[in-house]
Amino acid sequence: MDALDALEIARWQFGITTVYHFMMVPLTIGLGLVVAVIQTLWHRTGKPEYLRMTKFWGKLFLINFIMGVATGIVQEFQFGMAWSEYSRFVGDVFGAPLALEALLAFFVESTFLGLWIFGWKQLKPAIHLACLWIAVIGSVFSAYFIIVANSWMQHPVGVEMIDGRPVMTDAWAVFTNNTALVAVPHTLFGALAVAGGFLLGIAWYHLWRRRRDGVDTVGADGRVIPGEAAGIPGRDRNDHKVWLRSLRIGAVVAMISFAGTALTGDLQGKLMFEQQPMKMAAAEAACHDGTGFSVLSIGNIGSQNCDDIVALIEVPGILSYLAKGDFTTEVQGVNSLLPEYKEKYGTHLPDNPIYGERAGQEIDYLPVMEVTYWGFRMMIGFGGLAALAALVALWLARKGTVPESRWLMRLAVLGILAPFGANAAGWIFTEMGRQPFVVAPNPDPSGIDQVFMFTAAAVSPGVSAGELLTSLVTLTAIYAMLLVVEVKLLVKYIRGGVVSAMPELVNAPVDENEDATPGPGGQGGGKPADDVLAFAY
Amino acid sequence: MELLPTIWFIAIAVLWTGYLFLEGFDLGVGMLMKLFARNNTERRVLLNTVGPVWDGNEVWLLTAGGATFAAFPLWYASLFSALYLPLLVVLVALIFRAVAFEYRGKVDTEQWRARWDWAIALGSFFAAFGVGAALALTTTGLPLNANGDREGGPFAWFNGYAVLGGLAVVGFSLVHALAFLALKTDGEVRHRARQWFVRLLPVMLLPIAAWALTVQFLAGKPWTWTLVVLAVAAAVAAWVLARRGAEGKAFSALGAFLALGSASIFGAVFPVVLPSTLNEAFDLTISNASSSDYTLGLMSVVAAFGLPLVIAYQAWTYWVFRKRVSAAHIPEAHSFLPAIAAKAFTNKG
Repeated sequence: MDALDALEIARWQFGITTVYHFMMVPLTIGLGLVVAVIQTLWHRTGKPEYLRMTKFWGKLFLINFIMGVATGIVQEFQFGMAWSEYSRFVGDVFGAPLALEALLAFFVESTFLGLWIFGWKQLKPAIHLACLWIAVIGSVFSAYFIIVANSWMQHPVGVEMIDGRPVMTDAWAVFTNNTALVAVPHTLFGALAVAGGFLLGIAWYHLWRRRRDGVDTVGADGRVIPGEAAGIPGRDRNDHKVWLRSLRIGAVVAMISFAGTALTGDLQGKLMFEQQPMKMAAAEAACHDGTGFSVLSIGNIGSQNCDDIVALIEVPGILSYLAKGDFTTEVQGVNSLLPEYKEKYGTHLPDNPIYGERAGQEIDYLPVMEVTYWGFRMMIGFGGLAALAALVALWLARKGTVPESRWLMRLAVLGILAPFGANAAGWIFTEMGRQPFVVAPNPDPSGIDQVFMFTAAAVSPGVSAGELLTSLVTLTAIYAMLLVVEVKLLVKYIRGGVVSAMPELVNAPVDENEDATPGPGGQGGGKPADDVLAFAY
Repeated sequence: MELLPTIWFIAIAVLWTGYLFLEGFDLGVGMLMKLFARNNTERRVLLNTVGPVWDGNEVWLLTAGGATFAAFPLWYASLFSALYLPLLVVLVALIFRAVAFEYRGKVDTEQWRARWDWAIALGSFFAAFGVGAALALTTTGLPLNANGDREGGPFAWFNGYAVLGGLAVVGFSLVHALAFLALKTDGEVRHRARQWFVRLLPVMLLPIAAWALTVQFLAGKPWTWTLVVLAVAAAVAAWVLARRGAEGKAFSALGAFLALGSASIFGAVFPVVLPSTLNEAFDLTISNASSSDYTLGLMSVVAAFGLPLVIAYQAWTYWVFRKRVSAAHIPEAHSFLPAIAAKAFTNKG
């Protein structure tokens, strides 16, 4: 293959920019929901620790949010820039959810978040809180619309082929695509898992540090005795509550969301066995029909050759359960699926100039099994690991603080990455598993079987490999640099603790109760001059 | 004439105009961070005039892009792929600008702020220039073949119109931002912004006027010529009003200038959305580039209630943050670390 292959470069670019963007997005959605709940708790109870949690987690939320905004524009533009043939082919049905996402979700999200950030004093507390909820609901809608668009690529519905292009005839079918209806909660739970791990890891670190610095001590019964650090703003008894509560919320959120991803993932799997059987066979590296789930397959999965693969440990019946809900139905393997795909969708790419050099090439219907097999297992593995860790953490912190072990603290912080890994692996699995199609054919008996598009036909014909390489290198370099900046800032604010998000703790740290103005009626009473900037860049 | 594609052509013209009107002043404010502000306090005054709203303004760009994709997929595909490198520049500019707004105040050192100030200023400049170039080229044409793909290599789009369009949006944004600052700040900054506005308006609006006239000479109709005349009158009014100190009215008059000028440009090229400079037969028009009536109808229904709603709550945001910002409102930088900075990840801690 040519070293400068436009299609390959465009795919790498889409993969890198999307996986990167989707590191920011789940944290935004998940943390946004958590912060909204915490601010609601503050509004209801007026307890100072909830205000502190709102401010602290809200600050981290914003540092991350902006990266999602900045990298999101690339996502919308690159369909047209790098994938113009794809855009022409699917525009009638795929453009609508993207446009609606901007109109109904992004506007809401960005406008109301602006109100929330800057409106602490200008708005009445209830309205200020409502702004955050509206922004967070906006981000959930945004996820819905984008998954509707993606699900149409996985399982095209609601269209008819007219003049060689799918034309939307049934918007209801598109917007209630069963693929999307299970993928949306799966993705939202995945986002919450990220937020749960994030809270847990950071709260653990702070509880650990309070112990290490001798602020908190442990009594004879093993229970924590929260203390105060004299002269350090914000490191008081309320600070202990902030972290302990954050840890518990994080752990519970992490466990619930793992259960949620497992349940929805199971539904998704069952759909996917019908909608994209080859993807699931490739996820299993299952060459032959059977019922067993592979725990470990050896041999050269990367060879794409079924003769090279041996399932070393297999649990009989589990694959059938994942696919069909019973333990005996045979699930088709790669070897019996390949001829079916060839018969339905052809053995060679058509001799059409939109395929470029690939016109007339033989089609390989088997996704890269190394990626699908391990992607599937990494998704489940990281997700399960995070949930298990959350359970252990909840137990270890049952007496109100965490153990003194530095290694446990490091593990807890490192554990923040596990749900991110699960999210990325899941998306890489489902997108790579769809290949060689960019729009996978829908094998439902409903009869729009001819709506599909090979990825090889999707790239912009007029854009040179050089241009694509330029953008790939530029964007990757900038993204890498910005990741370093974001992580540095996050670490700085995390280490700073609550006070980093609450300058008022430095100015008036003495009387905690005075500082902790309760929600209802307690805000908005400043002098007019103070009202102009409750928060300033 | 097809009704729904015409409606969506108008809708997209409105979205682009809304984008230029709203983000126009925050792009301009971004450039003025380096050109106008004299010290850190002034730069923070500038930043905080757009702080709560710039992100919402930028969504107009995303919506314009998304609506073009949904309503005219062939226009979207051809324009965006033909302008691959200039749009890459716009993307990079917008990325840096967005991050810079949020991160500039997060570390309290001169060097840190100086870097992000450049990111804001250059990001704003290149975003404005690139968007202007792209919009100008969609009115004057690109070398597109029968499939709508660019012929002639990565730089085949480059011509005088691209430069003119780039300068047009940069010039307009700067003037618009000065009008905005005169309206949104107080004290020295307000005073100087008004002075600069009066001085710079006649020069800075020349490129955008030249673009509007070029399009009229290429494809003008009597009613679009009339709009150009009205637009010029609005610009003169803005200038006179600003001299008299009527800041709000001057800002509105400049907004009217943009709306009229934009209508004259989009109106003149209608029904062509993207001409091909290779062959008129390859022109993309509202008929051959649009989505089906079903899709356009669905979008119309949603937009009919969605867009007014957006305008309503964004207007409310401006109302909430209507107070003028001045140097006196800028709080001290917040440094919080020294007391509890911990080296938790090294064993020294």
